[in-house]
Amino acid sequence: MTGHVITPPKPDRLATTISAALIAMALLLVSFTAVAADLPALTGRVVDDAGIIDAGTRAALTQKLADFEKKGSDQIVVATINSLDGEEIEPYANRLFRAWKLGQGGEDNGVLLLVAKNDRKMRIEVGYGLEGTLTDLHTKLIIENDMVPAFRAGDFSGGISKAVDDMVMVLEGNPEELEARGARNPPDTISIDPIVALFVILWVTLFLGGLAMAFLPPVFGTKLSPGVYKWLGMTFSYSHGSRSWSRGGSWTSGSSSGSGWSSGSSGSSWSSGSSGGGFSGGGGSSGGGGSSGSW
Amino acid sequence: MFAQRLSSPSIFRALPALLVMVIVLPLLAGCGYNTIPTAEENAKAAWSEVLNQYQRRADLIPNLVETVKGYAAHEKDTLDAVVEARAKATQVTVTPETVKDPEAFKKFQDSQAGLTSALSRLLAVVENYPDLKANQNFLALQAQLEGTENRIAVARRDYIQAVRDYNLTLRTFPSVLWATLWFRSNEPFANFTVAEDKLRTPKVDFGTKQGG
Repeated sequence: MTGHVITPPKPDRLATTISAALIAMALLLVSFTAVAADLPALTGRVVDDAGIIDAGTRAALTQKLADFEKKGSDQIVVATINSLDGEEIEPYANRLFRAWKLGQGGEDNGVLLLVAKNDRKMRIEVGYGLEGTLTDLHTKLIIENDMVPAFRAGDFSGGISKAVDDMVMVLEGNPEELEARGARNPPDTISIDPIVALFVILWVTLFLGGLAMAFLPPVFGTKLSPGVYKWLGMTFSYSHGSRSWSRGGSWTSGSSSGSGWSSGSSGSSWSSGSSGGGFSGGGGSSGGGGSSGSW
Repeated sequence: MFAQRLSSPSIFRALPALLVMVIVLPLLAGCGYNTIPTAEENAKAAWSEVLNQYQRRADLIPNLVETVKGYAAHEKDTLDAVVEARAKATQVTVTPETVKDPEAFKKFQDSQAGLTSALSRLLAVVENYPDLKANQNFLALQAQLEGTENRIAVARRDYIQAVRDYNLTLRTFPSVLWATLWFRSNEPFANFTVAEDKLRTPKVDFGTKQGG
């Protein structure tokens, strides 16, 4: 009787454990997506999610920042958001900076100008590599002198473009360093020499194709007779005992089919990879340099 | 005869072993043999960055104290508290072993937390001196100090993350196998905790204590 009483809760407990685990997993997923959804996408050099920059200023800023990156490879990005959702602006800016990977990899020469409209806060976050040039004091002065008065007057576009002008001025104040950075990080994406590409493709095809033709048909193909296999509509014959590649007939059949195989995987995909259209971060990071302000 | 027979096949006998090594060694790396050392080095690097930023803050303080003294000499208690807290914080010796010793780590953390609170009291007092706040030198120091506090926060966050990753490799499958087989001497690193006074709700004080 007692045993009868004790047994029922068992599956019940199991069910609660399972449901608890499921809920925990769901919460985990939700928290992940929440963090991911939190940050705006890097759609260009000016990401105006709060909609406080007028179209003319935005176009001018984008052009100015693109020109500036050509000069010294420094990436400056302006971002405006509606709300920080209760987070402090410093960790948010750092998270956004690292998510967008502003600045060139290894050089870390990015700058993020972030404005949170409803929180009435702004921050200039400076990448590791520019901390020595665009110091905390510079950013503080730019915020206090350029942005705060303009923002208080409701002139977001004017304040932001003035701040960008001054940041560019400070960064250009060290022209030798700027040029050296630019020389180290040529603006063009790596373009593959077609002759080199052809050479590489040829050799890769010869080696891998030959290897593949030697091993794959016996595994994936259908066996016609001992040492003869049919695979991908082609017939491969191998000498039975030694399975050597030295036999002329088998090897030539392998390489001729290999050339047909290579045309499918050839240069077209490579060349499309090298043409990068939109703007993206270069792989830089920030250690929390810069300063914040509010209006 | 016997030796001759043995010597030539021994090459052949070594060949499979050699092949196995050539094939297995990269697999060993792929199986996560490198996971623990990599995570440990990342955590160590993050720790260096934490120390670096705390040192930077300590270096800024003498200048700050001198500047404030010029304008607010009679805030002696607050200034002395900062100097004392800085001395305490710099006296704590930090060795590579510090991160493995929770007690030493706590001592380091407490000393830096003491300096943080002394500094924030000083910066609160400074609000009462408009002349000082307008001083260019002070403005520069304040900007640097704020920047450094933020860098400390970032460095601490990175360290917390790196240590979590490292400690996880020592305790979770499959890297725990390597930990028990090869890296027996590896100990988990200590991590930052939120100070108790930060967990308490802030007390509202309408300045009745100041009086004038």
